Amino acid sequence: MASASTSKYNSHSLENESIKRTSRDGVNRDLTEAVPRLPGETLITDKEVIYICPFNGPIKGRVYITNYRLYLRSLETDSALILDVPLGVISRIEKMGGATSRGENSYGLDITCKDMRNLRFALKQEGHSRRDMFEILTRYAFPLAHSLPLFAFLNEEKFNMDGWTVYNPVEEYRRQGLPNHHWRITFINKCYELCDTYPALLVVPYRATDDDLRRVATFRSRNRIPVLSWIHPENKTVIVRCSQPLVGMSGKRNKDDEKYLDVIRETNKQISKLTIYDARPSVNAVANKATGGGYESDDAYHNAELFFLDIHNIHVMRESLKKVKDIVYPNVEESHWLSSLESTHWLEHIKLVLTGAIQVADKVSSGKSSVLVHCSDGWDRTAQLTSLAMLMLDSFYRSIEGFEILVQKEWISFGHKFASRIGHGDKNHTDADRSPIFLQFIDCVWQMSKQFPTAFEFNEQFLIIILDHLYSCRFGTFLFNCESARERQKVTERTVSLWSLLNSNKEKFKNPFYTKEINRVLYPVASMRHLELWVNYYIRWNPRIKQQQPNPVEQRYMELLALRDEYIKRLEELQLANSAKLPDPPTSPSSPSQMMPHVQTHF
Amino acid sequence: MLGKGVVGGGGGTKAPKPSFVSYVRPEEIHTNEKEVTEKEVTLHLLPGEQVLCEASTVLKYVQEDSSQHGVYGRLVCTDFKIAFLGDDESALDNDETQFKNKVIGENDITLHCVDQIYGVFDEKKKTLFGQLKKYPEKLIIHCKDLRVFQFCLRYTKEEEVKRIVSGIIHHTQAPKLLKRLFLFSYATAAQNNIVTDPKNHTVMFDTLKDWCWELERTKGNMKYKAVSVNEGYEVCERLPAYFVIPTPLPEENVQHFQGHGIPIWCWSCHNGSALLKMSALPKEQDDGILQIQKSFLDRIYKTIHRPPYEIVKTEDLSSNFLSLQEIQTAYAKFKQLFLIDNSTEFWDTDIKWFSLLESSSWLDIIRRCLKKAIEITECMEAQNMNVLLLEENASDLCCLISSLVQLMMDPHCRTRIGFQSLIQKEWVMGGHCFLDRCNHLRQNDKEEHQRQLSLPLTQSKSSPKRGFFREETDHLIKNLLGKRISKLINSSDELQDNFREFYDSWHSKPTDYHGLLLPHIEGPEIKVWAQRYLRWIPEAQILGGGRVATMSKLLEMMEEVQSLQEKIDERHYSQQAPQAEAPRLLRNSARLSSLFPFALLQRHSSKPVLPTSGWKALGDEGDLAKQEDEFVDLGDI
Repeated sequence: MASASTSKYNSHSLENESIKRTSRDGVNRDLTEAVPRLPGETLITDKEVIYICPFNGPIKGRVYITNYRLYLRSLETDSALILDVPLGVISRIEKMGGATSRGENSYGLDITCKDMRNLRFALKQEGHSRRDMFEILTRYAFPLAHSLPLFAFLNEEKFNMDGWTVYNPVEEYRRQGLPNHHWRITFINKCYELCDTYPALLVVPYRATDDDLRRVATFRSRNRIPVLSWIHPENKTVIVRCSQPLVGMSGKRNKDDEKYLDVIRETNKQISKLTIYDARPSVNAVANKATGGGYESDDAYHNAELFFLDIHNIHVMRESLKKVKDIVYPNVEESHWLSSLESTHWLEHIKLVLTGAIQVADKVSSGKSSVLVHCSDGWDRTAQLTSLAMLMLDSFYRSIEGFEILVQKEWISFGHKFASRIGHGDKNHTDADRSPIFLQFIDCVWQMSKQFPTAFEFNEQFLIIILDHLYSCRFGTFLFNCESARERQKVTERTVSLWSLLNSNKEKFKNPFYTKEINRVLYPVASMRHLELWVNYYIRWNPRIKQQQPNPVEQRYMELLALRDEYIKRLEELQLANSAKLPDPPTSPSSPSQMMPHVQTHF
Repeated sequence: MLGKGVVGGGGGTKAPKPSFVSYVRPEEIHTNEKEVTEKEVTLHLLPGEQVLCEASTVLKYVQEDSSQHGVYGRLVCTDFKIAFLGDDESALDNDETQFKNKVIGENDITLHCVDQIYGVFDEKKKTLFGQLKKYPEKLIIHCKDLRVFQFCLRYTKEEEVKRIVSGIIHHTQAPKLLKRLFLFSYATAAQNNIVTDPKNHTVMFDTLKDWCWELERTKGNMKYKAVSVNEGYEVCERLPAYFVIPTPLPEENVQHFQGHGIPIWCWSCHNGSALLKMSALPKEQDDGILQIQKSFLDRIYKTIHRPPYEIVKTEDLSSNFLSLQEIQTAYAKFKQLFLIDNSTEFWDTDIKWFSLLESSSWLDIIRRCLKKAIEITECMEAQNMNVLLLEENASDLCCLISSLVQLMMDPHCRTRIGFQSLIQKEWVMGGHCFLDRCNHLRQNDKEEHQRQLSLPLTQSKSSPKRGFFREETDHLIKNLLGKRISKLINSSDELQDNFREFYDSWHSKPTDYHGLLLPHIEGPEIKVWAQRYLRWIPEAQILGGGRVATMSKLLEMMEEVQSLQEKIDERHYSQQAPQAEAPRLLRNSARLSSLFPFALLQRHSSKPVLPTSGWKALGDEGDLAKQEDEFVDLGDI
């Protein structure tokens, strides 16, 4: 920890956090080298290298590679540099320079990471050290290609909280007041027979039989039928999610699907129409007909109103994030920062996702209409929209555990394809399935927390840690594409949950300004005037851009909190003393202001 | 209109593409005139203020949730302000009136605050000036503080329309004599109650004592002396009566060139280095005079180049830095981004917001000012050098840079009193031409005005630099407050990149709020000051959010701590009667909006604001956009 805090290069989050953990646990610390190691982590090799720091130039160091991380310590006396990088964040490893390379430090490895940075190491040409390092890194960063297990299955960490118990679907639906007269819990998907990418437990309209559900499934892409995500506690309108209907070029109809949507509409007696939000741009929805998909037409669904939300697909988002990296790493585009930022379109996408979620939330809350949300398959944009709308509507999800439940429910259990989108342990960095959809969601959450600084129990650090472990493969939480796959792999038995780590260190992730409010709907303003690039995440590796942590207002607030606690304690002591000798006037000649530091009203 | 890149302040010649659309049709307005007269609201006049003209049954538009509705009332023009007296003033409850401006009401526009007046004729918006042939159905007033007012005159009597419109135009646009400025009649009529708490007052720098005090405070009195050579402004009107110069410099030197060419002291650093400014000597052709100038300057430089004085670095702000014209042009573009007539305009400009901001260059100018100030700070703090700021009159960029440097280096300037004293010292006494820069006398405004105005303009000055002072300081406060401060411990042997090293090394050290303070100047760190620039725009309002949410938590906690403190005090001084609860500063913080305390009544409902503009075409991503996320295999189904 000492090294971490004195180093100006070593940024916050992952490294500090993991170093802290291991040092506090006091386990498996290699005393001679003091390389942090998790239980279950083994050292594979170490090498002398030159780390080519993009901010401070080449630094001589020793690199240690374990089956979990790459750890580098500077060998130079004037630098306290430490790099601590889980191998899971590695997206690509390239050799730079050939046998004929002449320039200084031109022979080595260039490592592209999933977390907005590159690492470059120069190695000696003699002795095959580059080949060794390349092979070992490739083997442990991409274990799936080498029939090796992901580190999460080797991790033997123990925590006092069990994160796997955080989300219990029955309990969560009960919290929402379900089942009720209109909605029932069905176990039709217990063995994932109805839909292999849905969870085992689903909430469906009371009036729809299991046979109805089976027939509806034939008309929805990948059998992802409309099921309940959230119910409004007062007006009983619902948010329902699904995939696109299989309309196709010929404009197929399905009576069961039409009837099913009508049944959903009728669970809420207040309005005559069901609102359907198709997350895609309308051109894409139309184009999808060519491949058998499509959207709900007016003539087939009389009692529904359809709106397109114009959110682009996973490929557009991937390219957009690439452009963000181009303008922030290693150097921040200076002279035309704003227009460069605009040309990435990243914040524009954030704006559209937020706008869509606001519309969903507003429809349910004040429009008093039930809402059905889908995109193509209902596991990317749909998950973003339902979870963000739920975050706006239900203050429970703004607590630490509530947020974990939200992620566990809307993303993990409903089959957001984490394995494909992130590419855990997979070497194919150009895979078109990869896309930063979950990162985009977390960015939206951060934008909301920025606009409503008292509404969330968790702080920015909490969100950053979640993103770090989205890639790290230390925990089982984000592994695999769906619940059925996780069950087959016995993930909950064989791995540790990320929520175990977070819930065992809750104090670190709490927002001091959090004010619990029940039933307050949060509508962020989805305007570019308020959206900003999340500097503390996207530009965190650049020591020049590091923002002050904590900010001065927060620091001042923490001081006041401490002062308040001290005063309360003092007051209690005084009360005790007074009741012990009641008639006595105070004997102390010193004035209280001398004894107590008086609070200053300015700051 | 923003997209058109209107330059030159008013944007008056805009091509009205999304022309003005009235959202209220006459039949939607249900107000009967009887009520209007019954609920007469009285006009609040300041001492010496006189009503010039007025009109009744004027409808003021109130924008809310992307629709507009109107409030009937009286529109009045006095010799100080334009005021709208609505019939519906009851909406204010206690919470909201807590932070009311006591001089200028919510619906008051001081005459000097008016930036641009538009008339709407057949739904077309046109700039109004001079004598009008036709009177508009609607009046739109853009203010210098970025408020936008819209008054519908359709239900006002024709005579009254003529009177009020031409009255407003005349009193806000016609050139004014200095002695006719309202403050003189106000000062005559108002009682003079001067606050005289010596501990808590702003140093005015209008006495020798004030300067001596400042010299003592900064320990500059070893090498510099306050002089009274300009008492009664006998040497120069531009300079203050008292100021400070290097001790060995004879006072007579000041007289040679009316104060030009004299290094004038601004501030001394704890290490003894000082910030000085000098106005350039007049440009001469004559060789003889040039010779005299040269030998004069040689003498001056000899004095300040030898011990005990530090090595001097000269910063020529006239030639190597921003021009005033650049600043003016940038601000004219920038402010236009915030003068928004309606919701459609807001969302239309939203999608290209960042490029619009960038094309104004305003934030880049802010960055360059901050950077220059950091460079000077580096010279003084790390290299122990004196810095001499050089400018034609030493009264524009000198004021800006020297006050920025002092804010970074001197924690005293970051207190309220210290800041006010700094403004007084560097800007007011520093001779910044507020009258010209803010064009208070409206000597010449825009060229189009010059052509139209019937009054012949005899004076011709360089273009006015309006908004210069206030905006700069606003920005610097924003960029400095809340950033880190610390004392630089050692300055390593500086070579090439002194600035970079100084800046980076400072930013890698922990925070100390009472020492040096350097703002971040990287692209992502220089942002629009939302609290000022977005404060009147209802679409930009975050209900229950924004910085005020944390600030009010902080205030609540402060109150709680204070009341605990009082309880402890009571316990100590036996059982005194419990004191009455201190008034709460902010009640119900959840209901405040991000624009608090400026825009309390802008939005009543909790409906979200939704963007109305469409999606901008994706350039080269078009192909990707057409792809599917996953291939749906028809054979499977």
